[in-house]
Amino acid sequence: MAETSLTHRSAADLADLLRRGETSSVEVTQAHLDRTAEVDPAVHAYLHVNAEEALATAADVDARRAAGEDLHELAGVPIAVKDVVVTKGQVTTAGSKILEGWIPPYDATLVRHLRASGMPILGKTNLDEFAMGSSTEHSAYGPTRNPWDLERIPGGSGGGSAAAVAAHLAPLAIGTDTGGSIRQPAAVTGTVGVKPTYGGVSRYGLIALASSLDQAGPVSRTVLDSALLHEVIGVHDPLDSTSLTDPAGGLVDAARAGDLAGMRIGVVRELGGEGYQPGVRASFDHAVDLLRGAGADVVEVSCPSFDYALAAYYLILPAEASSNLAKFDGMRFGLRVEPEEGPVTAETVMAATRGAGFGDEVKRRIILGTHALSAGYYDAYYGSAQKVRTLIQRDFAAAFELADVLVSPTAPTTAFRFGEKVDDPLAMYLNDVATIPANLAGVPGLSLPSGLSDDGLPVGFQVLAPAREDARLYRVGGVLERLLTDERGGPILDRAPDLEVKA
Amino acid sequence: MSQPHDVTSPSVQDYEDAVRRYDPVLGIEVHVELGTASKMFDGAPQTFGAEPNTAVTPVSLGLPGALPVVNAAAVEYAIRIGLALNCEIAETCRFARKNYFYPDVPKNFQTSQYDEPIAFDGHLDVELEDGEIFRVEIERAHMEEDAGKNTHVGGSGRIHGAEYSLVDYNRAGIPLVEIVTKPIVGARERAPEVARAYVSALRDIFRSLGVSEARMERGNVRADVNVSLRDSADAAFGTRTETKNVNSFRSIERAVRHEISRQAGVLDAGGSITQETRHWHEDTGVTSPGRVKSDAEDYRYFPEPDLVPLAPSREWVEQIRAGLPELPSVRRRRLQAEWELSDAEMRDLVNAGATELVEATVAAGATPAAARKWWMGELARTAKSDGVALEDLPVRPEHIAELQSLVDDGRLNDKLARQALAGVLAGEGSPEEVVTARGLEIVSDDGALEAAVDEAIAANPDVVEKIRGGKVQAAGALVGAVMKATRGQADAGKVREIIFSRVEG
Repeated sequence: MAETSLTHRSAADLADLLRRGETSSVEVTQAHLDRTAEVDPAVHAYLHVNAEEALATAADVDARRAAGEDLHELAGVPIAVKDVVVTKGQVTTAGSKILEGWIPPYDATLVRHLRASGMPILGKTNLDEFAMGSSTEHSAYGPTRNPWDLERIPGGSGGGSAAAVAAHLAPLAIGTDTGGSIRQPAAVTGTVGVKPTYGGVSRYGLIALASSLDQAGPVSRTVLDSALLHEVIGVHDPLDSTSLTDPAGGLVDAARAGDLAGMRIGVVRELGGEGYQPGVRASFDHAVDLLRGAGADVVEVSCPSFDYALAAYYLILPAEASSNLAKFDGMRFGLRVEPEEGPVTAETVMAATRGAGFGDEVKRRIILGTHALSAGYYDAYYGSAQKVRTLIQRDFAAAFELADVLVSPTAPTTAFRFGEKVDDPLAMYLNDVATIPANLAGVPGLSLPSGLSDDGLPVGFQVLAPAREDARLYRVGGVLERLLTDERGGPILDRAPDLEVKA
Repeated sequence: MSQPHDVTSPSVQDYEDAVRRYDPVLGIEVHVELGTASKMFDGAPQTFGAEPNTAVTPVSLGLPGALPVVNAAAVEYAIRIGLALNCEIAETCRFARKNYFYPDVPKNFQTSQYDEPIAFDGHLDVELEDGEIFRVEIERAHMEEDAGKNTHVGGSGRIHGAEYSLVDYNRAGIPLVEIVTKPIVGARERAPEVARAYVSALRDIFRSLGVSEARMERGNVRADVNVSLRDSADAAFGTRTETKNVNSFRSIERAVRHEISRQAGVLDAGGSITQETRHWHEDTGVTSPGRVKSDAEDYRYFPEPDLVPLAPSREWVEQIRAGLPELPSVRRRRLQAEWELSDAEMRDLVNAGATELVEATVAAGATPAAARKWWMGELARTAKSDGVALEDLPVRPEHIAELQSLVDDGRLNDKLARQALAGVLAGEGSPEEVVTARGLEIVSDDGALEAAVDEAIAANPDVVEKIRGGKVQAAGALVGAVMKATRGQADAGKVREIIFSRVEG
């Protein structure tokens, strides 16, 4: 089977081919590694490619399959993992110089599930440093480029995972989403990304950004593929106190259900008006029409506190991050820098290491968070932000009385050009205005492509469901994807320009 | 940070004068390491004396990605402590992060309870030397994790002037409960004694609850003592100092006494007390200033987002309460009555740390009097001369009971029993085994004794004459000869009996 046809298959298709013996995991894995060698110099989706280990896993799965062993559905299907998730024996940097070359001595729980399922890990994908950003421009190792237009951002922080999947460098990827870092990159690269219910996927082994907001989830090209991967990683973990004991199930079935009869879909008034690109709004409205046509009951809902979500988020996130990132001090692992002058003490080494190892955006947020937690400011900042969080949770609760799922554009604009917002943090932060409320409330969200904007770039459509009702995301997403694909006559990524293959 | 001692200054007041002029107020913070199998927030084992950095996991090393999980056993232990101190147990409480950068704190924050302790509003009645009961009010008991241990290499061994420092994270994450008193007022001149008795009572409680080995010399129990003085019992509290890590009962008493005298000296000279932490110097018996503790010190506490709130159910709390052992003060009164000891005798026993040992010896079959005689006599002397705690002697209470039963059965006399005990202490086995191996048993075989007596009679015809002449006390010389011949293993009464039957027969 030709290499490109293997790299352009969905994970579900690859799983079928493998099961039927029409290809091998080694072939599939090698095809992705080959394409990565050709294309990734232009895209820079990966920070580290792990050919040797991936092929060894693939060969092992092939041998076990040949021996008649009962394998997991996705066994042999390769995957890329965002470099903020620790992988035993594989360099993990979180996109930061402060962790350059760090090899973790343990696996994240979700990585253990991937390995147990026999999924070869192709490599670690690029991200904004410590997942702080919406463009990957804040990666210490250079930005990832959007496969739709190499002069544009692939979203962030998980731009590497989204670009890897969009550029067919991996059929599946793991992302993490603190304020939209799975969904916004999915939106601007024409891929599917899911942030599960908070606690649905173990955070053990995720290098923490903001503990109360972080959640890992799937990145893929189809809704069904995300559901398949979500079921692999959505398992209770005793090593994470916030892990749900009964994570959402029935996701794959929901993705295949194909029926919206009687489902109430709420369009969130506050996520869509001013500030949203006209082409984005048009694509969104069209998708809502399709859903209505498929039998859904579309209503408008209002969530007035969402207007304060961004402000609350940018207090809670930096506060938690300032504490989570304190451990990067040059004492036990990673970069260690001695001061150029003056005495060499623990304190001066910590300061020099952090000064040299962290990028500007990270330092900005650490300073913000340290201030927000300071005595005398705590109530006004962190305390108030937590109250806003409660109000947002109430807004969601009220909205979910009226609708089974809520929908909005995933991001206000399509992919912007490099450098456009990098010096204007507030403009950059606004990109996450529609995705942040879900993190503050802990509810699940999915983004899938609804079409192209008038600039020819993909637009993301966001579906939100109540906590633990992740299956509803897949049900709505699955139906909408089929309607759009039928209308379009093929997957949206077929519209993306061919990437130049390095000679 | 450690500065030259300022305590040789002539301003230190005589203690009696100090407490006459000022009313001391104490506040005591006691940290106890819980003896759970694993650490507070991860599965790393608790070990004492293991190779550095071997009892660690990604969690206790604070590696990127690692997350804490609360140790349920530690929570149960904390609740036991809270209940024993007559505290309320919180229906729900949270952990917080205390943020500060220091190499022995792997995450650069300590996970600790802050404004939501698991236990609060309790009291402990402590018994003073003369039997007076003093009530110490408890503010709170909260859970937290211990830090690692820094070792400074080169120079004086202190941080300044060291060439480099090493950190051992084996201790990092060990569960601690910190018990904080309300201001202790009204102790007046007995403040040092109250401080000592309070910490000692806590130590006994920890042991009886089975929550910690509570060994002061290992740092299982550490006390920080706050002292302030005021002009009178109705005046506002004065500025306090906090003397850190005072780790023996005697030191606690001495440190409080010293600090009262020192502060009185400063105040008398028209000075004011600096709010600061102070270090206790065991060798010189004085405190010296550490870092100045300003209220501006900002730990940026916030609720630990990696842990869900803790909500011990009322059923669980009641179950724990029902399972609490008899507390030391109650037990002490019961044992004193059972063993028919005077107050002074009981106090000596307690102060020698011999109560549990005597109790176990009695449980193994000895009479209270015999058990007490051994532990407070021969064994106390041995422990003292070896410089070890009584409980650390290599002898078990069952050994002592066995030894005593050998005496009671007439198989050993006092002298032989002491030799058998020496064998046990030397690691030669149980008393029975030592007696066999060393051949210590009293010779009660009549044949052997008769032969020895006959020999003595034959060798001392003049003595025999004297006895026959009515000088009964002359028999002593024959008894001595027989004892000598049997290397002390004969029963002297029996020997005497045989001598008279032979001489008169």
